[in-house]
Amino acid sequence: MNEHTGTDVIAAAAEVPPSRFPAGSPRTRSRSRYRLVMALARIGLVVVFVVGWQVGVNTKVIDKFFWGSPSEVWQTLHDWIFVGTSQGSLGRQILVTMEEAVLGFVIGVTLGVVLGIALGRIRVLADLLSPFIKVANSIPRIVLGALFTVAFGFGMQSKVILAVVLVFFGVFFNAFQGTREVDRNLLSNAQLLGASPWRVTREVVLPSAFTWILASLHVSFGFALIGAIVGELLGANEGLGLLIRSSQNNFDMNGVIAGMVLIALIALVAEWLITLLERRLLRWRPPSAVDAARL
Amino acid sequence: MAKAIELVNVTKEFATPDGGTHTAIRDLSLTVESGEFCAVVGPTGCGKSTTLTLVSGLERPTTGEARTFGEPVRGINTSTGFVFQQDAVFPWKTVLDNVAAGPLFRGAGRADATGQARDWLRRVGLAGFENRYPHQLSGGMRKRVALAQTLINEPKILLMDEPFSALDVQTRAIMSTELLTLWDQTKPAVVFVTHDLEEAIALADKVVVITAGPGTVKAEFRVDLPRPRVVQEIRFDPAFVSLYEQIWEALRAEVAEAYARTTSLAGVSA
Ligand SMILES: Nc1ncnc2c1ncn2[C@@H]1O[C@H](COP(=O)(O)OP(=O)(O)OP(=O)(O)O)[C@@H](O)[C@H]1O
Ligand SMILES: [Mg+2]
Repeated sequence: MNEHTGTDVIAAAAEVPPSRFPAGSPRTRSRSRYRLVMALARIGLVVVFVVGWQVGVNTKVIDKFFWGSPSEVWQTLHDWIFVGTSQGSLGRQILVTMEEAVLGFVIGVTLGVVLGIALGRIRVLADLLSPFIKVANSIPRIVLGALFTVAFGFGMQSKVILAVVLVFFGVFFNAFQGTREVDRNLLSNAQLLGASPWRVTREVVLPSAFTWILASLHVSFGFALIGAIVGELLGANEGLGLLIRSSQNNFDMNGVIAGMVLIALIALVAEWLITLLERRLLRWRPPSAVDAARL
Repeated sequence: MAKAIELVNVTKEFATPDGGTHTAIRDLSLTVESGEFCAVVGPTGCGKSTTLTLVSGLERPTTGEARTFGEPVRGINTSTGFVFQQDAVFPWKTVLDNVAAGPLFRGAGRADATGQARDWLRRVGLAGFENRYPHQLSGGMRKRVALAQTLINEPKILLMDEPFSALDVQTRAIMSTELLTLWDQTKPAVVFVTHDLEEAIALADKVVVITAGPGTVKAEFRVDLPRPRVVQEIRFDPAFVSLYEQIWEALRAEVAEAYARTTSLAGVSA
């Protein structure tokens, strides 16, 4: 039952093309004040949500057997942190899941960038391989997840591979498209200035395609995390996914929600790190464009 | 000694989106001696930029042959320097790295390349802007970066496609004089495309008028004004004035022709 939900999430997420031209963020004259108001408003929304939920539970409008309650979620988190989980320390579970997600992310991004640029630059290669990539891309990833779990066992390997598969395609298509869209004038200029094909790739194609690649990284880390978690849901010895799975098996919704909260926190931190990286790598662009690229 | 540039009866056709062909230049022949400064004028869309791409090897002629120093052009011709009509500096490199790119691509050491780049930035009046990115410069400054980026390779053939069109009149005059000084130092063969007839005469040894597209050479005029020239002052020279009238006479008919064509096309599609 729960696996089906997982399938749908992945299928839906994978079919959304990574946004290439994210909408511009609102600009105001007093930006710092605007930011402060925004931050307060966001905290306000969270408080309203949590309080509303707790009140709903207390007044029995919300059935806490199905939907948990904030105070008990908090209690669960507290126990996990100070007492430990049923599978060992919480730090260990987070570390395992992070390791799977980060490894999958790094490998998937590297493969996607290298192959995307190679196929974008080398026409014959693109013509040769594009049908295979299209077919591979149309396979529902969760089927592969089930396959990997059986083939590679309950250890880390099957989760990493699932994360790689999820990350790869988004990055690949963006890198490919970014390579195709490089300004022809810049290519001509570099060639006439004396650049070898390899240097053209490194010094013109790569930086130019980076705008596209970075846009896909935001979505991709989310995919890597999904890969790791779903892999663990399908069968694992440790990790946050297993923690959620065993809570579910015990009809402990507070445990499921506490797990989700932890995953959300990890995703937030990762998003922040990627934004820092993006700022650093896109220093050369006018500031408004960098701002707009941030969602 | 072989001519620096020879275009022999070149024709260039492009495929159009509707499956036909569009002839950009037809049966065009042009020679430029080494060390000669050749200006090319002609109505818009007559094939001036296309002509330059044939010399640089970025495009191949459909028929005819392009030769540089007696050798047929095959593939990208790195002995040519090309200042493009559109912006072509690398937006992710600083001004210094943009200018140093040529020597680095050609195998120079880092220190040597940046040393040369600083020197060239000084010559084009951009000392102090080394660490800016192109988007932090004005259009005219970017054009000067492009100029330094090309000239630093000391090309034996220099192709310039309306290099000063983004500059205001005063800067343009200063840059023109500066260009002549730089040209005098290394004496490359120059093909300089411009819409400004005064600029063409003030700079060049030879002005070539191209017909309305498909372009071919309509007439060539020798400019025998003494050098060194001061671009700001030369246009008051009586010899300059009479040359201007002759060339304008040749050019006017072509410009009128090209204009009539675009307006009649607009009339048809309307
Ligand atoms: N890659 C291309 N594909 C199809 N047609 C082209 C291409 N490049 C140029 N043309 C056509 O060839 C003709 C000549 O173009 P070109 O750019 O050489 O003109 P130009 O003389 O440089 O004009 P301008 O003074 O406006 O820069 C034009 O009609 C243009 O539409
Ligand atoms: Mg042109």
